[in-house]
Amino acid sequence: MPEINEELRKMQNTYEKILEDLPETRESVIPALQLVQKSRGYLPGDGLEFIADYTDTPLANVYSIATFYSQFYLEPQGEHTVKVCQGTACHIKGANEIYEALLGKLGIAPGEVTPDGKFTLTTVRCLGACSLAPVMMVDDKVYGNQTPDEARDVLDEYRD
Amino acid sequence: MPNPTATELVEIEINGEKFAGEQGSTILEIARENGIEIPKLCHMDQLEPTGACRMCLVELVDSGKLVTSCTHPAEDGMKVETDNERIHRSRKLNLELLLSNNTEVVDCDSDETRCEFSKLLKQYDVEVESYAGEKRNHENIEDNPFFKLDHDKCILCGRCVRACEEIRGRSAIDFVGRGFDTKIAPPLDRSLTEGTCQFCGQCVDACPTGALTSKMRIEKGDPTQVEKTSTVCTYCGVGCRMNVYTKDGEVVDVAPDPEAPANDIRICSKGRFGFDFVNRDDRLKQPLIKEKDEFREASWDEALDLVSEKLSEIKENHGSNAIAGLSSATCTNEENYLFQKFMRATVGTNGVDHCARLCHASTVAGLVRAFGSGAMTNSIGEIKDADTILITGSNTTESHPVIGLEVKKAVENGADLIVVDPREIDIAKEDATMYLRQNSGSDVAWIMGMIRVILEEGLWDEKFVEARTENFEEMREAAEEFTPDRVEELTGIDKKKLRKAARLYANADRGSILFAMGITQHSHGTDNVLAIANLAMVTGNVGKESTGVNPLRGQNNVQGACDLGALPNVYSGYQNVDLEENQKKFEDLWDVDLDPNPGLTVVEMIREAEKGNVNGMYIMGENPMVSDPDLGHVEKGLENLDFLVVQDIFMTETAEYADVILPAASFLETSGTFTNTERRVQHFDRALEPKGNSRPDWEIISQVSTRMGYPMKYGSADEITDEIADVTPIYTGITAERVANKQGLQWPCVTGDCTGTKYLHKGQFSRGLGKFHALHYREPAELPDGDYPFTLTTGRMYYHFHTRSMTGRSQGLDELVPEAYMEINPADAEALEVDSGDLVRVSSRRGEIEIKAKISDRVPSETVFIPFHFAEAAANRLTNSVLDPIAKIPELKVSAVNLEKVG
Repeated sequence: MPEINEELRKMQNTYEKILEDLPETRESVIPALQLVQKSRGYLPGDGLEFIADYTDTPLANVYSIATFYSQFYLEPQGEHTVKVCQGTACHIKGANEIYEALLGKLGIAPGEVTPDGKFTLTTVRCLGACSLAPVMMVDDKVYGNQTPDEARDVLDEYRD
Repeated sequence: MPNPTATELVEIEINGEKFAGEQGSTILEIARENGIEIPKLCHMDQLEPTGACRMCLVELVDSGKLVTSCTHPAEDGMKVETDNERIHRSRKLNLELLLSNNTEVVDCDSDETRCEFSKLLKQYDVEVESYAGEKRNHENIEDNPFFKLDHDKCILCGRCVRACEEIRGRSAIDFVGRGFDTKIAPPLDRSLTEGTCQFCGQCVDACPTGALTSKMRIEKGDPTQVEKTSTVCTYCGVGCRMNVYTKDGEVVDVAPDPEAPANDIRICSKGRFGFDFVNRDDRLKQPLIKEKDEFREASWDEALDLVSEKLSEIKENHGSNAIAGLSSATCTNEENYLFQKFMRATVGTNGVDHCARLCHASTVAGLVRAFGSGAMTNSIGEIKDADTILITGSNTTESHPVIGLEVKKAVENGADLIVVDPREIDIAKEDATMYLRQNSGSDVAWIMGMIRVILEEGLWDEKFVEARTENFEEMREAAEEFTPDRVEELTGIDKKKLRKAARLYANADRGSILFAMGITQHSHGTDNVLAIANLAMVTGNVGKESTGVNPLRGQNNVQGACDLGALPNVYSGYQNVDLEENQKKFEDLWDVDLDPNPGLTVVEMIREAEKGNVNGMYIMGENPMVSDPDLGHVEKGLENLDFLVVQDIFMTETAEYADVILPAASFLETSGTFTNTERRVQHFDRALEPKGNSRPDWEIISQVSTRMGYPMKYGSADEITDEIADVTPIYTGITAERVANKQGLQWPCVTGDCTGTKYLHKGQFSRGLGKFHALHYREPAELPDGDYPFTLTTGRMYYHFHTRSMTGRSQGLDELVPEAYMEINPADAEALEVDSGDLVRVSSRRGEIEIKAKISDRVPSETVFIPFHFAEAAANRLTNSVLDPIAKIPELKVSAVNLEKVG
């Protein structure tokens, strides 16, 4: 039996609180993943193990689900997630320039976190806001009709 | 899947011909039943269909639609084509696309599962270059001792994932990631050794591409050029039939035989990956003679002459009973029969026994008294249909893994499972409806307590008791003393729980009891077994399909060794030696005078050797220096012998004490029959030539006997099989010819044309009426006290077998669990300031060992558990050799010990 240290116990209590409203069944796996990610910013290994235990689902299945959906992150993410749309409309309207501009500004490779922990930058296929192309999204907020300069300014708003 | 309750049939037309099938069948099922081949990759008959690979596409003639036949239900009047140009094109395209991401294909065309993809590529004439595309670049999985997953060969059919989940219930692996980057892997990038994997190899056996392959096969060169022999596993009593793949005189792989009667397509880690010991260089290959405490090699003639000379000398000087023999539960029926014949006819003593004495002697004694037969009443395949299962004293999932899976199936089918065990073993944690923890050695109390509840609440089967049993009133009276309060006091089982469990079992339609060493290895083991028989009879839970009393035998042929008379009181087929008509019968058959007195049992032989009353011993394939209780005394006994001959495949701890060692062939190098725990006699052929100069045991015994003046001239093991059938009533129909198939025959098989017996005591018990026994409570012989405050209990673990003479020499199994450990409760560990991995000195009145602690809440406080496999920290240095007065089984399950942290 693994030694249960104080920290682990604390973490378990935290997870228990996070999930307390969910039924302890397999159907709860996805909502549980969402709740834990919302609270921790990503899905740490101990969180996945707790969810497996809580929902009585093999860890391999939980991990499989967590790695299947692009909404889930297994590594810590920046405080803000920036998604640049790469859909057809955005592509034509110059999404790539925006993406390159942001990569340059943040000094990171796609999917990485800035050294200050503020941003993660990724692309998405389509945000369904083609009329606003080119579009980017910071956390839950959509920014349409962007230029590279505007996009850079948007990020500055989140810096403070 | 066909619905078993549906009786309605559907008729469909396949390729212009009409076929009927059960309502609810898929197109694929009806095609398969009628021998029509439809190719498939993601589907296996034993798995739920998913329709993922699209290889089983067939065309519905009316609509022109292509549908997956593995998932599409057959509807009445449906017309189906299973092959035409369009289907062919579609399948070929599928294969080309599957291949486009793979860099490697195992090129083979045998009937092995691993060749399925390769064969389809050839059949559909698929060229590797058709759609050569981007290749995945995953790191292969090989950080475990047994197998490798090569992602470059994987087509992501998911069979391994589903086999692991659906057949084994482990879910150790799953799809990871999405789209092009998907791979099969254990969770969190961990090693398989860290998760739920039990290395049974079910995934390897399910893989249609060879992406999953055992490491041994990869190391031993071209994995496709191998020979296949169907044989029977020699670990545990399940008797798994398996195919052994050999090349250049070595084992290169093992897989379950798909036609296996007892195990279906399953096998455990020991059977799948634990037979590399056969290849080892330290096998005994030449006879050895001890001179001045050193062994030197000798010729067979010299060694056999010396053995016959020395044994004859002892016989001459001290009489036949000064020689004792240990036969082997690992050897074949033929070898066991011959060994007891040799001891009785050639040496002239009934002093022959084997390690069944240490495991199920009390079962045989108890069940023969109660029912008239000491074997499992039912078959392994019936377990899944029981509606209530009571497991006690059996760590089923570890000691009999395939039977453990059948119990899990029963639970999935809705059965209630009651587990009564001092340790909260996996099956108690994972599958039990109720888990009851009794104090070690208090079994008569809880079982009789349950009976009392059942009688009190009127839940007993009056009709059954009336018609089929005797001595009920005496038993009923004895049960009176086991009031729930007293039982709670004696056993520690909460009285309400006991009552609930009693009701659950009593209300079963098909109640099955499974038990093993936890019941038998006590100084009152026979009483424990009689109590179980009482419980089954009082509720009428015996003599029906899926309903009965099932002792799970521990070694591959311990049932057979008992059946064939490797016991001091019976000839083959449980014919008592002290019955004059039996003595006469065998004197006539064997043409020799026989001793009418039963001989010594295992522990008695050792005691008499220590006293100087036994001067010579012949030990075939047994290792008492690890397996027997109170090893200090075993050592003295063996040292005190004038002459010891050991016949084995390795230099065991016991062989070190021998004067002559005779090198035996392993089971893969001989042929014969084994009898598994469900009484199934299974024939197997030789897969390899004997290693070095080793010889099959039956040949060696014959040669010693002939030299001692009692000629044994058998041309083959089959001749012995036939002699057994001639002299053994329960084996009458089990001749070499009739048993030479994969299904074998289940005894009793008392006529020449019998088809075997699936379950016992139908209509009437073997002894006529079932006999109840009045039982009273007796404590274990040694209870914890101030000096030795802990209870020690011993047993097995999943990855090792018996004294590790085989599994300890299997590279992978030994790598996985290389050393002994002691399970200790967290509270006790804290009090002793012991962490997992710390060395603890464990002492009893008989000896002491040092062993690493493993903190575990499986064991209750004040009880520790040590697996008995490990010679270097041998649990049997500590155990008590006090015997059950009837069965002479030692009390291996309860001894008092003291614990001290070392350093």
